Amino acid sequence: MSTTMEKDPRLTETDRSFGGYVTSAGRRIASGDLGSLPVIVGLVVTWIIFTLLNDRFLSALNITNLMLQIAATGTIAVGVTFVLLLGEIDLSVGSVSGVTSAILAVLITRSGWGNGPAVVAAVVVGVLIGLIHGTLFTKARMPAFVVTLAGLIGWQGLQLYVLGQGGSINIPDGPVTALTDQFLVPAYGWGLAAICVLGFGAVQFTRRTARSRAGLPTGDVTLLILQIVGLAVVLGVTVLVLNADRGVPMVILVYLVIIVVCAFLLRRTSFGRHLFAVGGNIEAARRAGIRVDAVRIAAFTISSALAAVGGILAASRLTAVTQSSGGGDVLLYAIAAAVIGGTSLFGGRGSVWSALLGMIVIGSITNGLDLLSVSSAVRFMVIGLVLVVAVLLDSLSRRGQPQRR
Amino acid sequence: MDAPALQLRGASKRFGAVQALEGVDLDVRSGEVVALVGDNGAGKSTLIKGIAGVQPFDEGEISIAGAVARIMTPQQAAAYGIATVYQDLALCDNLDVVANLFLGHEPLKLRRLDETSMEKQAHTLLAELSVRIPSVRTKVASLSGGQRQSVAIARSLIGQPKVVLLDEPTAALGVAQTAQVLQLVSRLREQGLAVILISHNLADVFAVSDRIEVLRLGRNGGAFRTSEARNEDVVAAITGATQERFGQALAEAQAEHAGGGE
Repeated sequence: MSTTMEKDPRLTETDRSFGGYVTSAGRRIASGDLGSLPVIVGLVVTWIIFTLLNDRFLSALNITNLMLQIAATGTIAVGVTFVLLLGEIDLSVGSVSGVTSAILAVLITRSGWGNGPAVVAAVVVGVLIGLIHGTLFTKARMPAFVVTLAGLIGWQGLQLYVLGQGGSINIPDGPVTALTDQFLVPAYGWGLAAICVLGFGAVQFTRRTARSRAGLPTGDVTLLILQIVGLAVVLGVTVLVLNADRGVPMVILVYLVIIVVCAFLLRRTSFGRHLFAVGGNIEAARRAGIRVDAVRIAAFTISSALAAVGGILAASRLTAVTQSSGGGDVLLYAIAAAVIGGTSLFGGRGSVWSALLGMIVIGSITNGLDLLSVSSAVRFMVIGLVLVVAVLLDSLSRRGQPQRR
Repeated sequence: MDAPALQLRGASKRFGAVQALEGVDLDVRSGEVVALVGDNGAGKSTLIKGIAGVQPFDEGEISIAGAVARIMTPQQAAAYGIATVYQDLALCDNLDVVANLFLGHEPLKLRRLDETSMEKQAHTLLAELSVRIPSVRTKVASLSGGQRQSVAIARSLIGQPKVVLLDEPTAALGVAQTAQVLQLVSRLREQGLAVILISHNLADVFAVSDRIEVLRLGRNGGAFRTSEARNEDVVAAITGATQERFGQALAEAQAEHAGGGE
């Protein structure tokens, strides 16, 4: 095994102990591989500034509102991440979320469908739209920019058509609106946090055991325990704050499940591996026998399907679907969230967790500026600036690195 | 004598007005390294792409171990046990060594990537080939040229192929790295694989091959046993200069050089 592998003395080998991890993390940061660090620092700075400007910013009520605000666009950002990982772009997600939520509203109010079937129908429409985009992109070889730009315009048109006269439909109370106005009772919130921490710990320890049984190096236990404790603290504080208000919103549960499932899909399945490969080097992926077109169509399908889910969450929060649903800043924020989090527009690098981080940054800025009653004019300029700074930091930090993506 | 691991008869390929290959024959046996040489545009890469199924031939017959094979896609080529290492490496820079080694053939466990088994196999494989890399979890982007080439070659062995096609494996490598890759090629032969090696570098070709096949303007331009071949004969076959004329030119050049030196 590795005993026969000679080591090159120039290599800076990662020592898998806790100290070694700290050293190598320090080295990575010094060499410019910042990872999520700038986003987290930026987030902390943002929160400090807003708290200083308005002490209600970190109140339980406002944090709950922040969560409710980011879930819909955050879900869309998770979907867009799949397309960004290909090195492509999906400009249609805002319109797709609008048209699918319009279909949902019409089915519930005018056709008398139940909430469940209507939600399924809306997501199915999202899937079909994604298949159309993906097929036009791969089989007809149209640029993704053009396909989804046409989608941006076209699906918005369909949304207006579906909404018809009046252009606004209220969604009656039911499971869809409950997503936003129902909260987990405090005990369930704690239970949820406990399940997350225990689940994470169990997965990590199982993996560790499997590795050591196979004779592979395993990391330091201290580090692993620190990670688990860290997660427990973050989730614990979050649940504590949310419980101080009304509890963990249902919509956050949905958002979290989507993120965990997507993270699993990207990191632990061959589909995810192939998606990264196609985004990294499409020719290499093709020669490795990966069905490149299928992967690309799947990415566009996931993007549109999650846009539909995001549309449903937005409809739930607004308890209505209007002509402006899914319009305006939804598309821009979804893409900006993924990019601020560290997903590369050139493909092959990023994660859904970074889309979550980016969304929290954007949500915090929007929320904080709203608390200060600052106009949209300032809000757009600030977010534009944050986007520039995030990408600038990223591209500057990567100058010294072997690949510039 | 048993049938060659790979036999090519009358391979032809046309791109628009260009006849890139015309009636090319090629045999490779197991445990044999055949060097495919030729000038730029002689059709070496086209030949490799045809065998690898990336750009199927217009005409011609491929036989694998004596049986006629139909290779229209890279997947079919892989199914016949043909592995290809391309000149441009075809590695994903954004993935680590393990991910690259198993790309497209990831072992699964409960429908999830079996990272443990992949990493273990990667260690074994790289150790067998004496490939030196910092860690199998290093991103390929941060490896040196020789390390990348070694990873690319090691990757071709994952599917237990019978025939390995190497397209310019030593181009753009330093001296030590070239030696490393050539050793790797010898090891492939020791493992009983049939190897087709494309190279511009005749020193490499003479160092590692058993036979030399020359392609010239899309046709067979000469065949040599490496142990019996002379460098200038191979060069003559590549350039198309008749031996006489080439010998003359060489003699003149030498005379001129000698004259200039005095």
